[in-house]
Amino acid sequence: MAVTEQHPPCALCVATQKVLAAVLPVLAVVGVIVAIWYAAALGMNRGWTLDVAERQGVELTRGEIWRDAMVQERPRLPAPHQVAQELWTTTYGEDFFRERRGEMRANPRSLFFHAYQTLAPTILGFVIGTLAGMILAVAIVHNRAMDMSVMPWAIASQTIPILAIAPIVIVVLNAIGLVGLVPKSLISAYLSFFPVVVGMVKGLRAPAVMDMDLLRTYSASRIETFWKLRLPASVPFLFTSLKVAIAAALVGTIVAEMPTGARFGLGARLLTGSYYGQTIQIWSALFMAAICAAMLVGLIGFIERMTLRRMGLDR
Amino acid sequence: MTVISAKSLDLTFQTNDGPVQALSDVSLDINKGEFVSFIGPSGCGKTTFLRVIAALEQPTGGSVTVNGMTPDEARRARAYGYVFQAAGLYPWRTIEKNIKLPLEIMGFSRAEQQERVNNVLQLVDLEGFGKKFPWQLSGGMQQRASIARALAFDADILLMDEPFGALDEIVRDKLNEELLKLWARTDKTICFVTHSIPEAVYLSTKIVVMSPRPGRISDVIESNLPRDRPLDIRDTPEFLALAHRVREGLREGHAYDE
Ligand SMILES: Nc1ncnc2c1ncn2[C@@H]1O[C@H](COP(=O)(O)OP(=O)(O)O)[C@@H](O)[C@H]1O
Ligand SMILES: [Mg+2]
Repeated sequence: MAVTEQHPPCALCVATQKVLAAVLPVLAVVGVIVAIWYAAALGMNRGWTLDVAERQGVELTRGEIWRDAMVQERPRLPAPHQVAQELWTTTYGEDFFRERRGEMRANPRSLFFHAYQTLAPTILGFVIGTLAGMILAVAIVHNRAMDMSVMPWAIASQTIPILAIAPIVIVVLNAIGLVGLVPKSLISAYLSFFPVVVGMVKGLRAPAVMDMDLLRTYSASRIETFWKLRLPASVPFLFTSLKVAIAAALVGTIVAEMPTGARFGLGARLLTGSYYGQTIQIWSALFMAAICAAMLVGLIGFIERMTLRRMGLDR
Repeated sequence: MTVISAKSLDLTFQTNDGPVQALSDVSLDINKGEFVSFIGPSGCGKTTFLRVIAALEQPTGGSVTVNGMTPDEARRARAYGYVFQAAGLYPWRTIEKNIKLPLEIMGFSRAEQQERVNNVLQLVDLEGFGKKFPWQLSGGMQQRASIARALAFDADILLMDEPFGALDEIVRDKLNEELLKLWARTDKTICFVTHSIPEAVYLSTKIVVMSPRPGRISDVIESNLPRDRPLDIRDTPEFLALAHRVREGLREGHAYDE
């Protein structure tokens, strides 16, 4: 009788297969996006190429048009490799510090330096906004008067188009001598505050009537009810809010960097880039901002997973 | 000795659709060590009555005493443990930590907490599951854990509101048997709400039949079954006679309605 031998699948092969299964779709999507991007860059930049050629009275082949459209100094839409190159040379290609007039100073040509200039107020503002939001949420849940009076204001405050009035706020704060970190942090604190209030109030109110009744049968105090029931129940809600809040904080900082012609920060890079028509610089700053946002949200997602696992809440 | 005494209790809820009389003229005495079942159709006030005893609801008329005190005082004196229909374990606490919840609030020392946890886990046959999270246990085990939680602080009254209502019949039979053993071992007074006639007859020394609109007691049946009850007692003529009487009581309650 012929027996076909069944090899157990080797662990490494299985792992590789799993990784490939997870990565391939992502790579495919990225590939498509890059292809569309190249096509768009060609379409948007060839006009300039043709103009120049016409003025010089030369005929260009298709290949030459292609090549020129991909390497312009100030393209309408930079090609992916131009952005990648710019990102590389302004990060790893530049030192974070450099010597200037005999002193070591931060190097404004380093994109890392600008990212840092944006991240510091983002994180500070996020922490302030989160703490304020949590404290307010606790007050709202425990005090009817607070609930009736403050909650409508918290909601109304969000109808203020902060992105529109941020310039005013920044200019006013600058006028009274507040520059740099603090004004930027205030804008990002403001933007991260609201999602935290809403999420935290929802979370603190999440416990079922029965969970509350159980504590009543133990004659538990409000403080005990808070620590043993409301707060733990709010943790998953809080993390969901934090992910929204940190992204909002980053946007807030970047917007806050624009109006006063700040010299440092990703917002400043966007501004000077557009001022001098440096599209490549604009796009690399945009990418750096996206990378920062992804890292911040990813970091909070990681902390979330660890916390929920420790709490037995992730299955 | 009378542990729980209700005298002409009335409770009317004011709702948006007008007043709902959940309890009307309910009088009942429960003695120490009794196992009392409350049975009746939905909305007849079984839960409300238990909640009045537990001081979770205030009656609008009449009076209740628990261990000679008002329900509020009795609660502060840790007179009762309450078991809800759902296990109601906190998902972020392990079984052990869930059982410690009342102990933490009542200020037991850490060593004492651990000792009590070990004791009650053994009592409900859950040794070795203390470190598990609730979702890692079956529904029946979760309900046992919630009983353990109610037992942990030595209350001598156990108020149980359809604790096995959501479980399948086989698990239910087993838990009923264990509950009887536990009752025999600990000498607690148990008030037990159920929808099931066999469950009520099997467990109880006294069966309180209730009827709705307004919620009231329509019959109180003293059981003549021996205290020691194997599961197959349910096939004896005495058991069937009791079950018949309960069914009659329930039917009368309904006839009154129409
Ligand atoms: N908190 C409440 N507010 C208003 N009505 C209630 C409340 N609790 C119970 N009821 C009403 O009181 C009646 C008795 O309810 P309940 O005691 O839960 O009955 P049972 O437990 O026997 O099914 C029902 O009509 C119910 O709708
Ligand atoms: Mg009920």
